[in-house]
Amino acid sequence: MFALLRDRKVRGILFQLLTIIGLVAFLWYIGTNTVHNIEQRGIRTGFGFLTGTSGFAINDSPIAYNETYTYWRVFFVGLLNTIIISVIVIFLSSILGLIIGVLRLSNNWLIAKLSSAYIDIFRNIPILLQILFWYNVVLATLPSPRKSIELFGSIFINNRGFYVPKPDMNSTTIGVMVSVAFVFVFVFFLNRWANKRHEETGEDFPVLYTGLGLLVVVPIAAYFIFGANFNFSYPHLRGFNFTGGKTFYPEFLALTFALTIYTATFIAEAVRSGIEAVSKGQKEAAASIGLSSYQALKLVVLPQAIRIAIPPTINQYLNIVKNSSLATAIGYPELVTVFAGTTLNQVGQAIEIISMTMLVYLVVSLVVSALLNWINFKMKIKER
Amino acid sequence: MAVYNKVETREAPSNSKGMVYWLRANLFSTPLNSAMTILGIAFLFWVIPPFIKWSIIDANFAGSTRADCTGDGACWVFVRAKMDMFMYGFYPEVERWRIHLTYALFFVVIASFKYLKQAMPKIIIAIIYFIIAFILIRGGFFGLETIDTNKWGGLMLTIVVSSVGIVCSFPLGIILAFGRASKLPIIKSVSVTYIEFIRGVPLITILFMSSVILPLFFPEGVTFDKLLRALIGITLFQAAYIAEVIRGGLQSIPSGQYEAADAVGLSYWQKMLLVILPQALKVAIPNLVGSFIALFQDTTLVLIIGLFDLLAMVQVTGSDSHWLGFETEGYVFVTLIFWVFCYSMSVYSKSLEKRFNTNLK
Repeated sequence: MFALLRDRKVRGILFQLLTIIGLVAFLWYIGTNTVHNIEQRGIRTGFGFLTGTSGFAINDSPIAYNETYTYWRVFFVGLLNTIIISVIVIFLSSILGLIIGVLRLSNNWLIAKLSSAYIDIFRNIPILLQILFWYNVVLATLPSPRKSIELFGSIFINNRGFYVPKPDMNSTTIGVMVSVAFVFVFVFFLNRWANKRHEETGEDFPVLYTGLGLLVVVPIAAYFIFGANFNFSYPHLRGFNFTGGKTFYPEFLALTFALTIYTATFIAEAVRSGIEAVSKGQKEAAASIGLSSYQALKLVVLPQAIRIAIPPTINQYLNIVKNSSLATAIGYPELVTVFAGTTLNQVGQAIEIISMTMLVYLVVSLVVSALLNWINFKMKIKER
Repeated sequence: MAVYNKVETREAPSNSKGMVYWLRANLFSTPLNSAMTILGIAFLFWVIPPFIKWSIIDANFAGSTRADCTGDGACWVFVRAKMDMFMYGFYPEVERWRIHLTYALFFVVIASFKYLKQAMPKIIIAIIYFIIAFILIRGGFFGLETIDTNKWGGLMLTIVVSSVGIVCSFPLGIILAFGRASKLPIIKSVSVTYIEFIRGVPLITILFMSSVILPLFFPEGVTFDKLLRALIGITLFQAAYIAEVIRGGLQSIPSGQYEAADAVGLSYWQKMLLVILPQALKVAIPNLVGSFIALFQDTTLVLIIGLFDLLAMVQVTGSDSHWLGFETEGYVFVTLIFWVFCYSMSVYSKSLEKRFNTNLK
């Protein structure tokens, strides 16, 4: 019996068995307690509440919504707002991070120092503090609607938000938008074709200039083809507030600014480490075989730098999605605010609501890490 | 016979030294660089003088009431008047020596670590310190008055939450990292599931869970303090991140170390604790400091579940009817505290990284 215990395999199995028994016992213990507590307190169970009427308004909803809609709708409004804020912040922080990361390595002493000061300052201030600062200090001290800051007579900035003109969704607007999308798709395939031709014949094709030219010509053509009828709805002061146009609420703006500025510091560090990781010998080798500095950057440095910079950058994208939940501190109506906050307070079914909320973030994380694995696989150095 | 006179070293030509040369090389080497330099200087002029004017020149420092704030600039009188709130929350004034004593004892403990070589006495001292710190701050023993946790607040609460978070999550993180590196399939999958689940959700949902759902898990009559619930949430959260950092350290240990430990007949726990972990921790220390910085910043989230940490104190003090309208000063002050803590830790972690790098060469 004891001799058997000295066998590593037997001990391994025994240890795992004990772990399972312990885990099951623990889960059973909290499970029975929870069931008992829920019965005692008379909390409803199940997901039936989702079809109930919410009874509260959300001021910033991308889809049709009012108090008479169901909690399901609340869930989707929150989810959509989470997605919107995440996509916008990912876009803005990538640009800002890329710029700061490149400037950090600039041979201009002042610019390099300013960039590293930016990174050192903003990554060492808690993100929640930055969000609250933007919301309670910067945006709250803007002038009142009647004294709005006015830009070009059509953009108004005040402490209730930013008001900008919004194009009417008529055939011209939609036509121009579709044409822009079309140009991007076309240039993508053009680029593929040009690369292929370059590898086969060595001939170059000016994809960049063609693309830029198309981006100017095609939308203008589309504008005239689809009736040349751009119509904007302009914001205007009525009573104490603005109506018309598109409103960016302070909650949205504070979250966007704070998350962008905070996350850009991490993306900048990723970009910098990527560029620095390309050894000097690579650049020298590229120069010695006669590549121009642009060719060296495009063909030698960037492909290697991107390979190193992309995984941490995608991790930051994931952090953006997760940090967008801090909106609950200022009340931007994303998932945690409207669902895990307001809905939970009204319904009280904590287990169902928190699990649904967590599940959303889990699915996003799993999808992103699958994407990351796929990118890493695609980007792996192909050794022959 | 040729005579060779010694030629004195000549000074470098004036276009390759001195300030002008430095300026030309570093600030005005190309037209683009010159433009960026001018933009940078303009930016500094746009940001720094107004800030200095607001925070120092036009600011009011002296006094004790609102009426003493006469300038256009910052009213630091507000911060001075509310300093106790920022530092200790609602902790009673006569009992604050207990917090000071705890802080002082911390430095004694750190100093004693310098003279202790072995790990075991260090761990024992650290545990004793935490018991003493708990008794001192909470009270209820040895005639010390009990101070309820809802009176704790400010910087002191932030320090309590972050240090308890790091200390409690550390052993859990080590166990999870071992689990993830284990060859036993069930142990491994349990650890991986836990780590990936926690890392996949935002801290705020975990805090909601620990504050709302946790009480349902235990029999009636078992009640958890609000602070304790937050601490449980933060510990469970942080453990997953610590586990990943330690896993990074474990992966850097060459397999020869494992084989050597097996060869001299060490058991699994002897091998891991005596051979592998000390080396892995050494590699992981810079990243551990990094995750401590993240934890320190994350502690601000406890304000969402109703605790009064340093950041929450800005809102508490700002809503005092005698001092309305000075939130900006509060935010700037708190920002400064957080920044000094986090920046000094990140400088420390960078210096550690350098030190360990040279060791590896």
